[in-house]
Amino acid sequence: MNIRESLIAILVLGICVVWALADGAAAQQGIGSALRLMTPLLLACLAGLYSERAGVFDIGLEGKMLMAAFTAASVAYITGSAWLGLAAGIGGSLALSLIHGLASITFMGNQLISGVAINFLASGLTVLIGQNAFGLGGRTPALTGAGRFGPITLPGAEALRDVPLLGPIYSGLISGQTILVYVAFAMVPITWLVLYRTRFGLRLRAVGENPASVDTAGISVTRLRYTAVAIAGILCGIAGAYLATGLSAGFVKEMTAGRGFIALAALIFAKWRPWQALFATFLFGLLEAIANLYPNLDLGVVVVPSMFMNALPYILTVIILAGFVGRAIPPRAGGEPYVKER
Amino acid sequence: MDKMPKWADVILTPLISLILAMGISALVILAIGESPWMALTTMVEGALGSSYGWGFTLYYATNFVFTGLAVMVAYHASLFNIGGEGQAAMGGLGVALVLLYLPLPHWAIALPVAMVGAAAFGAAWAFLPAFLQAKRGSHIVITTIMFNFIAAALLNYVLVNQLRPVGSMDPASARFPEATNLPALTDIAAAMGFDWGRNSPVNVTFLVALAACFLIWVLIWRTRLGYQIRVLGRSEPGAVYAGINPVWITVIAMLISGGLAGMMAINNVMGEAERLVLNAVEGAGFIGIAVALMGRNHPLGILLAALLFGFLYQGGGELALWTSIPRELIIVIQALVILFTGALDNMVRMPLERLFLTMRRTSRGAVK
Repeated sequence: MNIRESLIAILVLGICVVWALADGAAAQQGIGSALRLMTPLLLACLAGLYSERAGVFDIGLEGKMLMAAFTAASVAYITGSAWLGLAAGIGGSLALSLIHGLASITFMGNQLISGVAINFLASGLTVLIGQNAFGLGGRTPALTGAGRFGPITLPGAEALRDVPLLGPIYSGLISGQTILVYVAFAMVPITWLVLYRTRFGLRLRAVGENPASVDTAGISVTRLRYTAVAIAGILCGIAGAYLATGLSAGFVKEMTAGRGFIALAALIFAKWRPWQALFATFLFGLLEAIANLYPNLDLGVVVVPSMFMNALPYILTVIILAGFVGRAIPPRAGGEPYVKER
Repeated sequence: MDKMPKWADVILTPLISLILAMGISALVILAIGESPWMALTTMVEGALGSSYGWGFTLYYATNFVFTGLAVMVAYHASLFNIGGEGQAAMGGLGVALVLLYLPLPHWAIALPVAMVGAAAFGAAWAFLPAFLQAKRGSHIVITTIMFNFIAAALLNYVLVNQLRPVGSMDPASARFPEATNLPALTDIAAAMGFDWGRNSPVNVTFLVALAACFLIWVLIWRTRLGYQIRVLGRSEPGAVYAGINPVWITVIAMLISGGLAGMMAINNVMGEAERLVLNAVEGAGFIGIAVALMGRNHPLGILLAALLFGFLYQGGGELALWTSIPRELIIVIQALVILFTGALDNMVRMPLERLFLTMRRTSRGAVK
């Protein structure tokens, strides 16, 4: 982390501490909700990280998440099992990933256009099939019982509840989340390890910077990129399944509500690095949680309208893109199909 | 080595892509247990079977001409403008401010003034992404997406807190003055003695859209600026070598693009709703992407593609009205058109090229 990033991090943590001191219960509720809200963002952000580090731009994160949320909720409702729903979510997302791979790797098409198409495809298909299957205007029936991922109480949460400071953090924030939240957080160190400590990760990063060198070394660019796109599909699948079976109980039309784009924004904020992705998605999750808790944020001096809070992640992204918070340089070969020299 | 004759590139490839997209759409309709043939006849009957249907089809097509041209102008400078939605929404704000706060006695005066307002607001909304792309290298796709969201939030704020008349609950502006209402094509037809398109919203903006197609054709292929835009789109180093300032041309191209997207508001805000409502654009900004891709980034192609999408839009509405197939079918068709004509272009082109190569070889062999 450089100085500017550290300053922002300290600022965000400072806000949390001040909040906790001012109103402990509200802060615990808000930060807990931020953790839940950041989970789909984090998963989608890491999905984009794999894909874009391998040189395939992915603005279809939103669509893949939406499709996954729909397939997960439908299958979870029909079978009554959240786990089967998760599998179906991953399947739905992977199918769209395959289309993206086909367009951008095999047929060397425009990756941005392909991403746009995927977003529309998901937006239309989910309602079309949903209306046909359930007749509820595109939503699925509410999930109950085993159709949802329930909170998990970690060992010792009860015993530690009354310990000052540590107690509320452990029993109120860390414990009591659904399994997919833990999966998302575990993905951060795993991604770091894969990317920087394995041969696959080295090749993945190389193929996003200089595919010709990877090709010269006798490694298949096509295969590496398909693998990366598939990993992105799996992660978006988990993100979507979490939205529909963890965060809420069932699928609602357009339920991703721009989260795919916020994940993309977080990816830029994080400059395509896993630990920073954790931080960036927490920031955006926190913003969303605050906007939910305080529709019109009264800061004493001014009242911030809810519309501004909702737009804040997007405004921040533009500011970051403008280079005011340090330059974000994407992988060099990103967005370009690889054409073998003859 | 020249691979394909021009007609095959311009007509055959998009046509095959379109047929593929339609074929898969038909499969989707089959998959949800409806008959594709019935869907098609309902759509054709609803969109083209009456002058009323035609009126709606042309009304939607007018929207898509503007957003399609917007995507096209940017595309010629190799900029992918996904911000049509936000730019059109801001154009609507421009129209509303002009019509609500300027005393304009007659629509013939209000129309050009509102056009300037719409274009100025749309262009202004495209300026920052353009400037950041040109000066700072921030990716225009990402910034325009972000600006769509910001525009939605801003418009929501303005409508709820500023423009909403006192005592009104819904987030919408007051009605525009009666005198500024644009004449519908029905009225013009009636004045000429025809009974055409009654109760349909198509208005004089359609004629403005036709003029815009022609003017953009002139701009891109017959002016110095258009040439500079195309050179920049082909190769930035080439443009610099030719003495073209990439920053300047990038910004200008995006301003024209945003202005065109903003002009769409003349049709839907001034011509149809006659007040500014939330989400007046209804996705037309995104359909512009499909229209431009389908129309091969040529105004004539865009006009035809806009008519096709106008038909799909109106037909899709009829479908939702009379059958159990939801309106969202159009979004699926739109997605497939974007996918096949934009992203999977080579899937059609590569086999076609091979076909033409072998044909040429065999015919040359025959001459020998």
